[in-house]
Amino acid sequence: MRGQEARDQAERKAAMATLAQSSGDDIVRLWNEAGLPSDAELLRGPETGLVTLRGRIGGGGAPFNVGEATVTRATVRLPTGQVGHCYALGRDKQKARLAAIADALLQDPARRNEVETGLLAPLRSALTKAHEKRRAETAATKVDFFTMVRGED
Amino acid sequence: MYVAVKGGEAAIANAHSLLADRRRGDRSVPALRLDQIVEQLALGVDRVMSEGSLYDRELAALAIVQARGDMIEAIFLVRAYRTTLPRFGYSRAIDTANMLVERRVSATYKDLPGGQLLGPTFDYTHRLLDPELAAGAEVAEPLLRESEAQAMPRVSAILAREGLIEPDGDMPQDHVPGDITREPLEFPMARDIRLQALSRGDEGFLLALGYSTQRGYARNHPFVGEIRIGEVELELDVPELPFAVPLGTVRVTECQMVNQFKGSAKAPPQFTRGYGLVFGQSERKAMAMALCDRALRAKELGEDVVAAAQDEEFVISHSDNVQATGFVEHLKLPHYVDFQAELDLVRRMRAEYDARENAGKAEDKREAAE
Repeated sequence: MRGQEARDQAERKAAMATLAQSSGDDIVRLWNEAGLPSDAELLRGPETGLVTLRGRIGGGGAPFNVGEATVTRATVRLPTGQVGHCYALGRDKQKARLAAIADALLQDPARRNEVETGLLAPLRSALTKAHEKRRAETAATKVDFFTMVRGED
Repeated sequence: MYVAVKGGEAAIANAHSLLADRRRGDRSVPALRLDQIVEQLALGVDRVMSEGSLYDRELAALAIVQARGDMIEAIFLVRAYRTTLPRFGYSRAIDTANMLVERRVSATYKDLPGGQLLGPTFDYTHRLLDPELAAGAEVAEPLLRESEAQAMPRVSAILAREGLIEPDGDMPQDHVPGDITREPLEFPMARDIRLQALSRGDEGFLLALGYSTQRGYARNHPFVGEIRIGEVELELDVPELPFAVPLGTVRVTECQMVNQFKGSAKAPPQFTRGYGLVFGQSERKAMAMALCDRALRAKELGEDVVAAAQDEEFVISHSDNVQATGFVEHLKLPHYVDFQAELDLVRRMRAEYDARENAGKAEDKREAAE
């Protein structure tokens, strides 16, 4: 039970990360293509506020406040009762609302697969592709050093 | 003495519509879109985010257009906007060792795990203006190279293995990070608060101070241990969820400055460090911040405070360009009453001075006559 709960939480968190990193346009497009339901009661928001970003002195030392970032959040309840949350960087209220609905749908065993295949899987693969491209572009600028051998003999 | 207390409403309204007209400029030239600014003036956007202390590209782009490209005015607009929003909390501390790195260089080690990645840098360009860019030439896609996923530990961790460098800066166990947006500045201040002020500080001011330390005013012999730029994930603890919520990623620049240190009564000979962490791709700013952070640790390390860059109150009180511009620029606003009072005072002092002079001259004449 304990292990299952932890796995569920990890999955839920991973889904939230995917949604937060994806653009609102991509989420809306896939949402419509997959025909996901968007009726839900808004319990909070969508509203935009600030989160103060923290770093660590020297990279790994004591935390300090760096500056703020805009974050938009929403909480929804489905007609079937599940409550979903979203917090995401930026000011996209439509994205926050849909991401909160997605979070709620994921908690419904009957809808989970639909959200996974229609929304999360394509978003994840687009993000992975973008990250791989970014990595490969950066890797092309890696310095290869050549050792100059001075003739001794 | 008559002082006008009202007036100028029409002049102000007309000045603002003239400003809107000049901002738009020649109507036959297409208006700038925010996405063009975000994409093509990205480092200007990053500067406004970092000194405006608000990570939001579109808002920074809007501020730049609205300010007609005046960066400090744009930063001012962003700072003002921030105050209109509710606060959701403090993020978990970001982990720069887990960055999706876009640039990473070290001036202290040639070969280091993960390698030297130049990324999109101005370094090694010839600084020649490019007429092809002016002509709107198409730009080729960047080259790709297969990369095996390789851990990229911070260079400070590599140096730490030998024990010749001080550890990452620690604070007492029960220390709560200070927040200059909540509490007024107090001196002396803890290093965490100083770093917050430096991270939003004016790039030009910190650059000049950093430069001054290199030229001998608080010399501390720096090396760039590492600069890394890239995206890090942000997480927030919220009461409604049992785990930290992922918010997405932000791009930051981190600079680890390594400084020679001959030791003092308080610390053994070792390398000491200055730290810089700034929103966006802001390498010069992160370096300047790290130089100033190290210089401002003078007292902590038992060094003599002899230069401006080591003077905490001087540096931190003057590093905020919104405060600085507010106080300097307020001088041009009506000071009619103040000035009338001063004028009165100077007239009176002048009359007294003249009276004394005349009396003195009369005295001299009388003495000469006698």
